[in-house]
Amino acid sequence: MALLEARGVSVAYWPSRGERIWAVRDVDLSLEQGEFVGIVGESGCGKSTLGYALTRMLRPPARLEAGAIAFNGTDIATLHGERLRRQRRHGFALVLQSGMNALNPVRTVARQFGDVLKAHAEPGDDLSREGIARRSAVLLEAVQLAPAVLASYPHELSGGMRQRVSIGLALALEPRLIVFDEPTTALDVIVQQAVMQTIRDLQRDRGFSAVLISHDLGVVLEATDRVLVMYAGEIVEDTPAASVTSGLHHPYTEALLACYGDPRADEVQIAGIPGQPPDLSVAGPGCPFAPRCPLAEDICAAEDPPLTPLGDGRAACHVRARPAGSSVAAAEVEADSVS
Amino acid sequence: MTIITATPPPEAPGRGVRIPVRASGRAIPGPLRFVGRALATLWSNGKARAGLIILGVIIAIAILAPLVAPHSPTATSFAPYKGPDSVNWFGTTGNGQDVFSQLVYGARVSLLVGLGAGGVATVVAVTLGLVAGYRPGVVDEILGFVTNLALVVPALPLMIVLAAYLQGRSVWTIVLVVAFTSWATGCRVIRSQTATLRTREFVTSAVFSGERLGRIVFREILPNMTSLVAASFFSAATAAVLAEASLEFLGLGNPATVSWGTILYQAQQQNALLTGQWLMVLAPGLAIVLLMVSLTLINFGVDALSNPRLREK
Amino acid sequence: MSADQNTVDLTVSDVTKTYRVRGHDRAGSNRAVTAVDDVSFRIPAGAAIGLVGASGSGKSTLARLITGSERPTRGSIAFGDMAVGRLQARGLRRLHREVQMVFQDPYGALNPLHTVEYTLTRPCQNFLHMSADQAARRVRELLETVGLTPPVQFAAKLPHQLSGGQRQRVLIARALACEPSLIVADEPVSMLDVSLRAGILELLADLRRQRGLSLLYITHDLLSARVVTEELLVLNAGRIVEQGPTRQVLQHPQHSYTARLLDAVPNPFAAATPPTGGIPSTDRGNS
Repeated sequence: MALLEARGVSVAYWPSRGERIWAVRDVDLSLEQGEFVGIVGESGCGKSTLGYALTRMLRPPARLEAGAIAFNGTDIATLHGERLRRQRRHGFALVLQSGMNALNPVRTVARQFGDVLKAHAEPGDDLSREGIARRSAVLLEAVQLAPAVLASYPHELSGGMRQRVSIGLALALEPRLIVFDEPTTALDVIVQQAVMQTIRDLQRDRGFSAVLISHDLGVVLEATDRVLVMYAGEIVEDTPAASVTSGLHHPYTEALLACYGDPRADEVQIAGIPGQPPDLSVAGPGCPFAPRCPLAEDICAAEDPPLTPLGDGRAACHVRARPAGSSVAAAEVEADSVS
Repeated sequence: MTIITATPPPEAPGRGVRIPVRASGRAIPGPLRFVGRALATLWSNGKARAGLIILGVIIAIAILAPLVAPHSPTATSFAPYKGPDSVNWFGTTGNGQDVFSQLVYGARVSLLVGLGAGGVATVVAVTLGLVAGYRPGVVDEILGFVTNLALVVPALPLMIVLAAYLQGRSVWTIVLVVAFTSWATGCRVIRSQTATLRTREFVTSAVFSGERLGRIVFREILPNMTSLVAASFFSAATAAVLAEASLEFLGLGNPATVSWGTILYQAQQQNALLTGQWLMVLAPGLAIVLLMVSLTLINFGVDALSNPRLREK
Repeated sequence: MSADQNTVDLTVSDVTKTYRVRGHDRAGSNRAVTAVDDVSFRIPAGAAIGLVGASGSGKSTLARLITGSERPTRGSIAFGDMAVGRLQARGLRRLHREVQMVFQDPYGALNPLHTVEYTLTRPCQNFLHMSADQAARRVRELLETVGLTPPVQFAAKLPHQLSGGQRQRVLIARALACEPSLIVADEPVSMLDVSLRAGILELLADLRRQRGLSLLYITHDLLSARVVTEELLVLNAGRIVEQGPTRQVLQHPQHSYTARLLDAVPNPFAAATPPTGGIPSTDRGNS
């Protein structure tokens, strides 16, 4: 059984006035125990909103409009209060880009670990000063920080160290799933590489499942096993990370890849993606990428394609992942029920 | 000749008119347009609209006082200590003056002092705040010290002392005294906001565009603080209304002027509650509260003033 | 406008910049931090130089020194006959007529209350002393140059009505407005989506070719540096640790720091074979 099984997740933002903005539309996602999945896409594609939805961290004006989220067999989409809090312990955690700024500036690192450990304590936990200090030091060691950091205030630490502390705080609950939302975007490239290395090592050693949300295809491909490419609130491709740079893919994935190049190559050429992402307040028919797609055909403007097998994964594209024969009808039914 | 339309053809020679934003927009002078747009922005906020309506009614009453008031506010032509009746709706004072008419005319003084002192205090706050915020160093240190001093000295006792020593005893004395004691809060807020905006990239960008200091301060920084300036104006005005009433009530104003504070002062002097003239106490008090509430309500809408994104919706 | 022949070099000689900072330890003692340490280089007229390094390497400080926003602690910077480090307000305006800057943050570098037209008109009036009519014409030319068409429509817009890529184009147009001879671009694409990167870089490269501009391109992104520059300066802890032709430096890094930087930049193709195919290059930069 998958650790996390999301079905038909839709999230809308409700601005004070005006139209609803559909940030996530009817997303299905399943995550196995110990799997490391990346979600990649440009700003405004709904990747962070999806991460928040999966960890039940959505706050108004965002609202989970539809969908079921089964975590370890329990539907967490409808949980509230104490029962949701209980799920969080040994359950799921979220590490934010701004996590490094989310540390309380007037409390030492030690006290922040103490707060988390006490808030989620179970009967039998050692909550003595020494016990908490010992467990905090172990957690800091896991994120490759010296125990001396415990005595520091957040402003005395560098950005990379602060992000490591917030990863350590997330580990404190021994979660089975950690969602990392742009964990290294605010960091310098060299620091980013080191923090990503730590995340990857932790994930492999401890065996938790992880979701890495990033705008940077390079970061995602280097860290994860499987990549979900999001566009305009939908998952347009779901493919093993190793196969992204070869073979046929969703045209958006290919376009995204063409924006990168190897600076060491003899000839370097990078491309852009013309046009703009669609307006998410209007739920039009058709593939959301069709207006910018070099391969678009007539059907693309009329029907939103479902995820269909392509290469080693699945893609939502009429042209690349054309469903064979009998499955066309089924796909159309599914597409209709979406819109 | 160019015909100005909402969307001119791309190659239209823009003689005299640069690219028009709105066909009607260019004919109205800048400051008026600014005030109009600010009012429209405030109007779009429910609470601020309620405040604007109440303030509008009070202003209308103040301007039209001779028409609204049934009697002269100063004429001692009635029997003193009268309770409310059909002639003197709110009763009369111990000197035989009509309380309702006093209330109507009193709106003038309260508005004048409130808006006047609020205005003077805001001008002082903005000037000192901009200078201190844009010129860190010795100037900022000195101004910061003065501001902090003005903040910690209790305002009412200072006002009482100032009013007691100043000779004139006119409404303008009160305006200046109230302004002198209420600029500091706004100044601090504007100083710190200026210091923040000064380091923003669009200010650096303006330097690279060859802008001179004055233009950077007044065209780049100040417009981004419109909401703060408006907020400190309305806060100062609210405080000024109360301060004016307090000073008059304590007898430190000019007893000859008719204001809501002097009505309260007379009510106190003449033991109005003992003579059963409860309206003489209640009415000016309510009027003061109503004016303060209207200014506070307007303050709810000022956030949108320097945020074009909020303004649009 | 005819591109008058750009013949002015920028020379940075033995420049050091130290800051006095309040210590981060609890004692609060002051200490000096050297952001730029004895740096010398030259930007010949018409050259495109990349200044690369991680954050804290001093590259942004160097940009501020070159554009006169700050003064060097030691050493000198000369742009033609102007001693950049000693300019007062009037001299700075003369410098900015020649040396312009494209900022990193397209969201922060435009005043939210000014229309695109206002932002672009001001340098025309301040530096070129244009009348309102002339400036309006020039604004339209500039918007066309940076690909914001139809210009009349874009001129009337406020920043929040534009996308990130469009704002960056406005910033480039603003820098171009006074026909400078050197443009300092400080991470102009680092805050944009990757899909917009090629368009902005191509615009910078085109402008340089067409107008004979010199370009100082500051970045940590070696890929974009490879695309727009001919020569690289690698900066680490305030010092230039390596310099040379861009391709050569990236293919055969001599200094370990350059190699580390190359290794750290996330690159989908790092493990895979060199890129082939993808979207044809005709789709470039049409954002």
